[in-house]
Amino acid sequence: MAGDLTRLTVHGLTEAYRGGEETPTRVVEAYLARIARLDGDLGAYLTVTGDTALAEARAAEARYRRHAARGPLDGVPVALKDVLCTVGVRTTCGSRILETFVPPYDATVVTRLRAAGAVLLGKTNMDEFAMGSSTEHSAFKPTRNPWDLARVPGGSSGGSAAAVAADLAAVALGTDTGGSIRQPAAFCGLVGFKPTYGRVSRYGLVAFASSLDQIGPLAKDVRDCALLLGVIAGHDRRDATSLTAPVPDYASALGGGARGLRIGVPREYFNEGVDPDVERSVRAAITVLRDLGATTTEISLPNTDYGIAVYYILAPAEASSNLARYDGVKYGLRVPGRDLIEMSGRTRAAGFGAEVKRRIMLGTYALSAGYYDAYYGRAQKVRTLVRRDFETAFANVDLIVAPTTPNVAFKHGEKEDPLAMYLNDVFTVPGNLAGIPAVSLRCGFSRDGLPIGLQLIGRPLEEATVLRAAYAYEQATPWLDRRPELP
Amino acid sequence: MSTWEIVIGLEVHAQLLTRSKMFCGCPTTFGAAPNTQTCPVCQGMPGVLPVVNRRAVEFGLRTALAFNCQINPSCRFARKHYYYPDMPKNYQISQYEEPLAEHGWLEIDRPDGTTRRIGIQRLHLEEDVGKLIHEGSLETAQASLVDFNRAGVPLMETVSKPELRSPEEAAEYLRAFRAVLVYLGVCDGNMEEGSLRCDANVSLRRPGAREFGTKVEIKNMNSFRNVQRALEFEVQRQARALEAGEAIVQETRLWDADRGYTRSMRSKEYAHDYRYFPEPDLVPLVLEPAGIEAIRATLRELPRARRQRFVSDYGLPAYDAAVLTQSRALAEYFESAVRAFPNPKVVSNWIMSELLREIPGDDERALQACRVTPEHLVGLLRLIENATISGKIAKDVFERMLRSGEAADTIVQREGLTQVADAGALSAIVDQVLAANPKPVEDYRRGKTAAAKALVGLVMKATQGKANPALVNQLLEEKLSDARGGRL
Amino acid sequence: MIDRKDVEHVARLGRLALTERELERMRGELAAILEYIEKLRAVNVEGVEPTSHAVPVVNVMREDEVEPPSDHEMMMGNAPDRSGEFFRVPRIIED
Repeated sequence: MAGDLTRLTVHGLTEAYRGGEETPTRVVEAYLARIARLDGDLGAYLTVTGDTALAEARAAEARYRRHAARGPLDGVPVALKDVLCTVGVRTTCGSRILETFVPPYDATVVTRLRAAGAVLLGKTNMDEFAMGSSTEHSAFKPTRNPWDLARVPGGSSGGSAAAVAADLAAVALGTDTGGSIRQPAAFCGLVGFKPTYGRVSRYGLVAFASSLDQIGPLAKDVRDCALLLGVIAGHDRRDATSLTAPVPDYASALGGGARGLRIGVPREYFNEGVDPDVERSVRAAITVLRDLGATTTEISLPNTDYGIAVYYILAPAEASSNLARYDGVKYGLRVPGRDLIEMSGRTRAAGFGAEVKRRIMLGTYALSAGYYDAYYGRAQKVRTLVRRDFETAFANVDLIVAPTTPNVAFKHGEKEDPLAMYLNDVFTVPGNLAGIPAVSLRCGFSRDGLPIGLQLIGRPLEEATVLRAAYAYEQATPWLDRRPELP
Repeated sequence: MSTWEIVIGLEVHAQLLTRSKMFCGCPTTFGAAPNTQTCPVCQGMPGVLPVVNRRAVEFGLRTALAFNCQINPSCRFARKHYYYPDMPKNYQISQYEEPLAEHGWLEIDRPDGTTRRIGIQRLHLEEDVGKLIHEGSLETAQASLVDFNRAGVPLMETVSKPELRSPEEAAEYLRAFRAVLVYLGVCDGNMEEGSLRCDANVSLRRPGAREFGTKVEIKNMNSFRNVQRALEFEVQRQARALEAGEAIVQETRLWDADRGYTRSMRSKEYAHDYRYFPEPDLVPLVLEPAGIEAIRATLRELPRARRQRFVSDYGLPAYDAAVLTQSRALAEYFESAVRAFPNPKVVSNWIMSELLREIPGDDERALQACRVTPEHLVGLLRLIENATISGKIAKDVFERMLRSGEAADTIVQREGLTQVADAGALSAIVDQVLAANPKPVEDYRRGKTAAAKALVGLVMKATQGKANPALVNQLLEEKLSDARGGRL
Repeated sequence: MIDRKDVEHVARLGRLALTERELERMRGELAAILEYIEKLRAVNVEGVEPTSHAVPVVNVMREDEVEPPSDHEMMMGNAPDRSGEFFRVPRIIED
């Protein structure tokens, strides 16, 4: 019974609450029991806030009894990537340097979730400071992929993805700087959405690369994704880069179908590096979309190949700056030293893991005197070219369809070489560089039974179009019937 | 010494008089308990984002226009990186390649009465850092304490061109600079409290040389006097070194006001590599010409122009004009009084001798809060003019007005300070004085006309100063000439 | 090509007290990544404007209004070391 409860989608849950068949308290208790039972193996959570979750569930339950539910997330158990600040609940970013950090404030998305009545189950594991594609770079523990515990769940939002895929949360928030929502969504068979840059406030998201970071949902299906996105999207006066455009009702726009959509298939995303299982599934998905009435054309995004190089200059450069504040003075770890420089140097050396140090070094180098123009300046210009590729393409198509990742989930320890790990982001990074919305959703399974991700990319602020096509595809295919085998 | 040309450039940081900080809503008030005027944003907590204070930008634009700068059509914030514990994020949000404004100038007066234009290279906005307190001195402290109250307060940095040619000229530039800021109401100009801070770049070269000499940066000069003293010392030091054939080391030196010398700071960062890049959390400011013109329209008359106008329009001596234009509040006080009492020199005298005895002429807030308003002062001057009270009594009345905030005639009525100008009443008093003081009367009769003065004094004393002095003189003269005629 | 001295310089700029082994490993890894990044040199970027922001937004400002500061104890709650109302840091010796 408990197993069934945690299988419900967000819309399934709130229907059950409204109908009086289930209560938020019973559901949250079921989730907490399942987390207690399974998370030792999965490692999805860093902090579980059981007591406050139950209190929030009881409050939601009272609202349903009074017929005063707050909307589509009231009483819904949500997990948050541990990079989103939560007042009074430690926020570690998967790093030793923030192991003890308790924020005095809530991120704007957290404020919005609370206002919508969501129940916060806990904080999920992640690659340290969101730097990684496997959640192996958490300072605390690795997270395992619910479909195959020997494999990674993807990253950096691997904890959020594993939690939702294993029914340890109904829905979760992740962050995506170079693919960190979409890639774990693909590896765990979920719907993961990276909104347009500026669509969701970044206030309270501990910055990795400020010009690329976006918060987005990880959900069991497209409708859940739309519901959660609708709650977190919208202008925030605390984020100067947040957009003022009104937020459409994403969920009610889902039924529009794929008919008439012009879909571009970028040549560069189907190269020899793509796993044959992945290519086959994505090609089949394109056929499905065509069968649903969309038209497809081959397009070119000629600067795709430069995406990773641009990204691995811009993101580390911004990260080196954003992470300068962790110096043992105001919060977090302090390793003693005879003087200030020794103290802060040791604190940072001990508090940051190898991948974070590598990127701080890379970014510092790229910004240092004499190298700025050659690296940072040039990368910003090539970023313009990548952006223009999409602008040109979107003059003729409404959506772009592509694989989310070249491969399915890889094994723990398989990608030791940093560069090999970076190249895994090749199809997701361009979307961040261009700041455009993109979703990943399940489009089949590999021969090993691992989920494969289909990526749909849209024009700036056209989240609704992306979701509409995704929903039409999801409704037309049987992929959601399969679930990971967990005890 | 005369064989060297002095080259000085000044870098001035001014705290802007906004209510809230540059990038968050924390108050900017001075003197609160440590770390009580902070929030996650100005304390650089993980996850926070800055949002630009509109008034700070307006203040920057206002100043830039007053300094005849070109406003950049688009400007941008940048991050400047270095590690120091008073800086919460270990980077400062500043402006680098695209500052708010560039290429302006400020006119200063020279001792010979001529004026000189000093170029202004750039003007940009940034955030202030916090404060460090060392447990003991910087050299001996085992620990330091950090207070972030000041972190995030808006700062405007203005860099002059290296066109100042003497320490006096540098001090004059700073005075003129400060006057403009105070006038515009963008900064309180208080150097002791650090709302106005000045660093200087100093170098020497042979007259006529094209190349600049090696420059030395001087910091920690927290008054006009110290700026001049520090620069004088530094010029001497460099001249001596150069004449001894030594090379000048490019470095930062601290002015020690107590000991009267500059000393090397030993380079703070082994190499200044600030790794500037555009602040990704803030979007560019695109300044529309219409918006700039709107701000230009609100620009008030600047102190120099006003001083010149005070001389030409009101016929004031240059000295008076300079005193009265030291702050906007004072100049406005004067003009407001003169509009109602069109005798500029009298108003000026009263302000300079009485008002400024009580209130510093550059204290905008105190002047605005002064209980003797310009209207009250005019009321007082009218009472003197129509002989209701004497000038001497008026000074007492002024002091009472300052204390009570009442109008002059209220005080004069209540206290019965009206001059005795009634010839009949006064005549009786004069008679009494003459009768009670036979000695001076006798002296006067013997031809000692000076004795009349003593008698005037005695009459004034008998009336507690309220007698109209002219009338007393007239009555005495009549009565004494009668007396000399033997009729008494 | 990045050498050992560059790596040490960058570690100092980034305030990272790296061990000998870390410095050496870092040199190799950075060299490999930088070599990959070299491919950008092939791109013709003449006349191309840099992108700092993916979205074309300008002039976002807040009004100059005071908000009450945060609770002092909450703001100090994470301090690794404090003395009364202050954050406390070890002595500052110039580099």
